[in-house]
Amino acid sequence: MRFLLLMSTDSHPDTFDASEADLDAVTAIDRWIDTIPEHVRLIEGSPIAGAGAATTVRIRGDQLLITDGPFVESHEMINGFDVIDCADLDEAIAIASRHPVARGGRIDVRPFPGA
Amino acid sequence: MRFLMFVCVDPTPDHIPTAATTATALAAPPMDINDWVEDVDRRGVRVTGNELTPADQTVAVRVRDGETLRTDGPFPEAHELIAGFDILECADLDEAIEIARRHPMARDGAIELRPFRALADV
Amino acid sequence: MSDPGPAASAAIETVFHEEWGRIVASLIRRTGDWDLAEECAQDAFAEAATRWPREGVPRRPGAWLTTVAGNRALDRLRRRGVEAGKLREVATMPDTDPVIDPATGLDDATADAVASSGIGDDRLRLIFTCCHPALALDARVVLTLRTLCGLTTPRIARAFLLPEATMAQRIVRAKRRIRDAGIPYRVPPAELLPERTGGVLAVIYLLYTGGYIPSDGDRPLRDDLSDEAVRLARTMAALMPDEPETLGLLALLLLQDARRAARVDSAGDLVPLDEQDRSRWDAARIAEGVALVDRALRLPQGPSGTGPYQIQAAIAACHATALDAAATDWVEIAGLYAALERRTPTPIVRLNRAIAIGMADGPNAGLARLAALETEGELAGYHLLPAARADLLRRAGRLPAAAEAYRVALDGAPTEPERRFFQRRLGELGH
Repeated sequence: MRFLLLMSTDSHPDTFDASEADLDAVTAIDRWIDTIPEHVRLIEGSPIAGAGAATTVRIRGDQLLITDGPFVESHEMINGFDVIDCADLDEAIAIASRHPVARGGRIDVRPFPGA
Repeated sequence: MRFLMFVCVDPTPDHIPTAATTATALAAPPMDINDWVEDVDRRGVRVTGNELTPADQTVAVRVRDGETLRTDGPFPEAHELIAGFDILECADLDEAIEIARRHPMARDGAIELRPFRALADV
Repeated sequence: MSDPGPAASAAIETVFHEEWGRIVASLIRRTGDWDLAEECAQDAFAEAATRWPREGVPRRPGAWLTTVAGNRALDRLRRRGVEAGKLREVATMPDTDPVIDPATGLDDATADAVASSGIGDDRLRLIFTCCHPALALDARVVLTLRTLCGLTTPRIARAFLLPEATMAQRIVRAKRRIRDAGIPYRVPPAELLPERTGGVLAVIYLLYTGGYIPSDGDRPLRDDLSDEAVRLARTMAALMPDEPETLGLLALLLLQDARRAARVDSAGDLVPLDEQDRSRWDAARIAEGVALVDRALRLPQGPSGTGPYQIQAAIAACHATALDAAATDWVEIAGLYAALERRTPTPIVRLNRAIAIGMADGPNAGLARLAALETEGELAGYHLLPAARADLLRRAGRLPAAAEAYRVALDGAPTEPERRFFQRRLGELGH
């Protein structure tokens, strides 16, 4: 079954120990990918640009409205995502919990419906 | 470049009924969702995407002091507005906007476009 | 830098207005680097300022500046250690976009590229990028002023009454957003052109009216920006000569601008239209504006009919061509406002239509329209609503009621010249 993992910042991140804080983001993500079991498919994933690069598109009446900035605004900023195909919710949570953002922020696990 | 497209519900959606607006006034009016998916897939601009289960089935995962903390939704946070997503492979923002504006939720909700950064730029 | 001789100095000033945007736009296309493009354009003009007084103004100043700026860009890229392949690409890319030459034609690929938009000018690419709808409105205005018009950051900061550092930050953010959000550097394809052109014209009009500047801002600086807006409208009209709204906007700005000198008297007080000295109106600008609006109205219009800039220009033309205030064709103007209201049904348009009806059909007809607007409440607190009522009441001879309305307008007036004007009217009414 498929899940969208949505990474965001959190007002109370974990306290890092120095040895891991030194890891650059690429290495940290590579290590996470190494922990993903063979049968799980990592379909797509990436950090995404911050709210400053977001553009919101709406149609209201007969007007196309294009606005500078995100629609989904909160103090917890969404900064990345992954789409995975795995056995069930528990496995998705386990995979998410090993991702560096689970400590630095928070990961929302959102199932695809009917899967 | 790639865009993560959030398909969002809008607490204040368009009040003007679809039928009341003339299609001719819009260069590219929103499509039915099936037509939209068929269109983007035929053009090869959609990498993947899906609607998501309602926000109350979201689980937030945090690790604090070595312990995995699981919190079940719904959450009061704004990003519960996300009802679905698509990943688009486009030449630029203009192409992404042209795709987003045809999505039915452009009228009934809102579409947010976020370019991906290369990992090296983080 | 030596002091350029007066002739060279005047030449640089003229060439600056004509060439700055073109040079920057071409360098952005070739290098993709906005800051580099501006720096090199600046270098080229600095070099002109030292060399032209000594060596004389070159025969083709624009080409001279473009070459110097292009060479500076290559130097800077080389110093940055940009690899040779990329440098060759920048060096061999043409300075200017291909212009369709009916004698020689274009190769197929270029012809297709040009035909897909119908347009092939770097400046147009820059205008559409600076005015992209995914940029906030204030970002569009400051980018246009900085990158396209070449105004310095301190000058833009002064116009906005903002600290220079704040303005510099704003410009940096706007440029970064173009890159980060994926805004393309190009003229939109034909199917998007009508929507996007409207957005560009809106920025130019905003620039002209100074609507984004605090109303107690610097008057001469505002006039400077109005000049920039007229220049931009001229550029747009030259680049898109068959787009009726583009011609309509230029006509509107010329016709409004023609009255600039008569709008304020020697004491700095506002002079209402019907009391202006019409001999101080700029006849050349009026003639040009009237010809433009005539031409625009004869062009094929978009699916929604004649656009709002053309209608407003037609209204301005009615005023500008009336021999005196009494000869103003208010019936025609009221009809044009009715058309404008169908197109853009804003309360401000309805207010202006009510005034025109009051002038065409008698004050009471206008007052009835104003009463309806007041009931709607959308213009609550807007001082020009009681001002319009006061004027029609005055014309109807209902002086105490007029004085009452002028006092309401006076309380809400945001600028000193407007306050003085309403006080003067109150004085004339003996209140």
